[in-house]
Amino acid sequence: MLKYIVRRILHLIPVIIVISVLIFGIIQLAPGDPVGANLDPKATAEQRQAERERLGLNDPIHIQYLKWAGRSIKGDFGDSYIYKRPVKDVIPKFMWNSFLLNIVVYLFAFAISIPIGIICATKQYSKVDNFWTVFSIIGISMPSFFFGLLLIYFFSIKFKIFPINGMVTPGKNAIGFARVKDILYHMVLPAIVLTIGSMASLVRYTRTSTLEVINQDYIRTARSKGLEEKVVIYKHAFRNALIPIVTIVGFQIPGLFSGAVILEKVFIWPGIGNIMMDSITMRDYNLMMALNMFFALLTLLGNLFADIGYALVDPRIKVE
Amino acid sequence: MTEKSKEIKQKKVNNTEEQQDILTPWKLVRRKFNKNKIAKVGLAIFIVLVLAALLAPYLTPYDPYEMDFTKTNQKPSKQHLLGTDELGRDYLTRILYGGRVSMKVGLFAVIIEIIVGALVGGVAGFYGGWIDNALMRLVEVFMSFPFLPLAITVSAVVGVRVPPEQKMYIVMLIIGLLSWPGLARMVRGQILSLREQEFVLAAKALGIRDSKIIWRHLIPNTVGYIIVSATLGMAGAIMSEAALSFLGLGVTPPVPTWGNLVQNARDIYVLKNRIWLWLPPGICIFLAVMSINLFGDGLRDAIDPKSR
Repeated sequence: MLKYIVRRILHLIPVIIVISVLIFGIIQLAPGDPVGANLDPKATAEQRQAERERLGLNDPIHIQYLKWAGRSIKGDFGDSYIYKRPVKDVIPKFMWNSFLLNIVVYLFAFAISIPIGIICATKQYSKVDNFWTVFSIIGISMPSFFFGLLLIYFFSIKFKIFPINGMVTPGKNAIGFARVKDILYHMVLPAIVLTIGSMASLVRYTRTSTLEVINQDYIRTARSKGLEEKVVIYKHAFRNALIPIVTIVGFQIPGLFSGAVILEKVFIWPGIGNIMMDSITMRDYNLMMALNMFFALLTLLGNLFADIGYALVDPRIKVE
Repeated sequence: MTEKSKEIKQKKVNNTEEQQDILTPWKLVRRKFNKNKIAKVGLAIFIVLVLAALLAPYLTPYDPYEMDFTKTNQKPSKQHLLGTDELGRDYLTRILYGGRVSMKVGLFAVIIEIIVGALVGGVAGFYGGWIDNALMRLVEVFMSFPFLPLAITVSAVVGVRVPPEQKMYIVMLIIGLLSWPGLARMVRGQILSLREQEFVLAAKALGIRDSKIIWRHLIPNTVGYIIVSATLGMAGAIMSEAALSFLGLGVTPPVPTWGNLVQNARDIYVLKNRIWLWLPPGICIFLAVMSINLFGDGLRDAIDPKSR
């Protein structure tokens, strides 16, 4: 098992290298001179040249890449143009805000979807099942930004129950418990949008994988032995139905984060998606590259968890 | 179209063998699909949306780009069913023409996705060995990028050089070139498993040429899957275009698309007081994506009952 994990991790290294080359290459296509960003527009040609030299822009492109990669491995992604601080100091604060939102959504989505999916499978084509099927279709087809706007319109503007956007009430420097309450209050609407979005696919997924198991021979054997239906479903079927769900647990992590990019913009949630958009409008290339690397690594980690989880729950999986 | 021509072709083959009416695979698919009411509703909604977009010039007397500064920011009225925008353009017209752009982007993005995906997957699956290895590593790299962050980065970097009228082509390319890996994996898996099946073995034992095995036995067996993922892929592409355009990184005004029309709602005043500016295009995106998803699901159940 350990061997499998180590091999899986080693396997990631070439992928990470190719990804970093691609990200670096894409950013190089960007128009505009990075020198202009930090300099006084009235700078002389010599000053510009000195700045170019300082930033290493006179090196050939592959040397520039190697320098950037070398620094990045040590965690130095250069300075952020917007925040005038090293990128590595900027990202964590926003990252935690995103994590906070995503963890809440993640827990809710799984806690609600798995039982519902199982119930739908055991009562296939019943009213309950049909209701959740319709729910899934609507949830999958609803653009998250539009759903977010609808919630803001009804719950913040019409009925003024929840705040329109942000993470804390401006000017209300609450501390301790009051602050927690304030943040939760702001979190409700974006969390609803994200939770329903991921529930839509999770319910469907759990239902399908449970159905597949329920129709297998060993379940019929269990039933014909005279076991109680509860025992059959929750003891015999559930364990095997869980296998594909474990994979989804890993895959959902990056999916949620990247989906949150657009939603953070709608709700002005000060998370990683919001600064990603800012880095793009303000052409903060160092920040942009670092964030893209962050998203790619997060996806790789999610896939890794999915694979390891799969190998852990299913002994039949080949550990080559 | 292709479905029909294929049917005719197969019918001809059948007719020469025997006159009896034999259920061809595609006829079977159609029969199953016709039993699926929800899928038919989806198809109907989608057809209505497509017709509305195609017939836009006949449905509305206005031009989507024609400004009229004497009639800006009007409320819905008899002349302007959904009012006018801040430049005095008829909003219903903008939504109809916006649908054209949104669906065009979705369609062509999917075509790109299918061409690249089927080619890469097919080559990898059929040739195996180091080619397969290299291509699958490439797929893995592309799959490690979460779609939206990379799409907005590429769009921001490449898109700024392109005038608004041509942005739609960039968006098609970005969506198409970032979404093929899933399809490539699926096609490869299909070809790999088909290669090992008895009917291919039988064909080989009969001494049928490799190329004929590929064209007559392997490819037709994957077409169903490709059609299904193309359909569902188009729903995804329309959604992605809407998201990008909503963020201002997809198709940009003056060219209308459903996504950038919803963008009006980012102004709190509009969100609150001019609901007709953002609700209808949002509903259009939702209906388009949902109808294609319903149709695609029905198609999948009809083509491959095992996948349920």
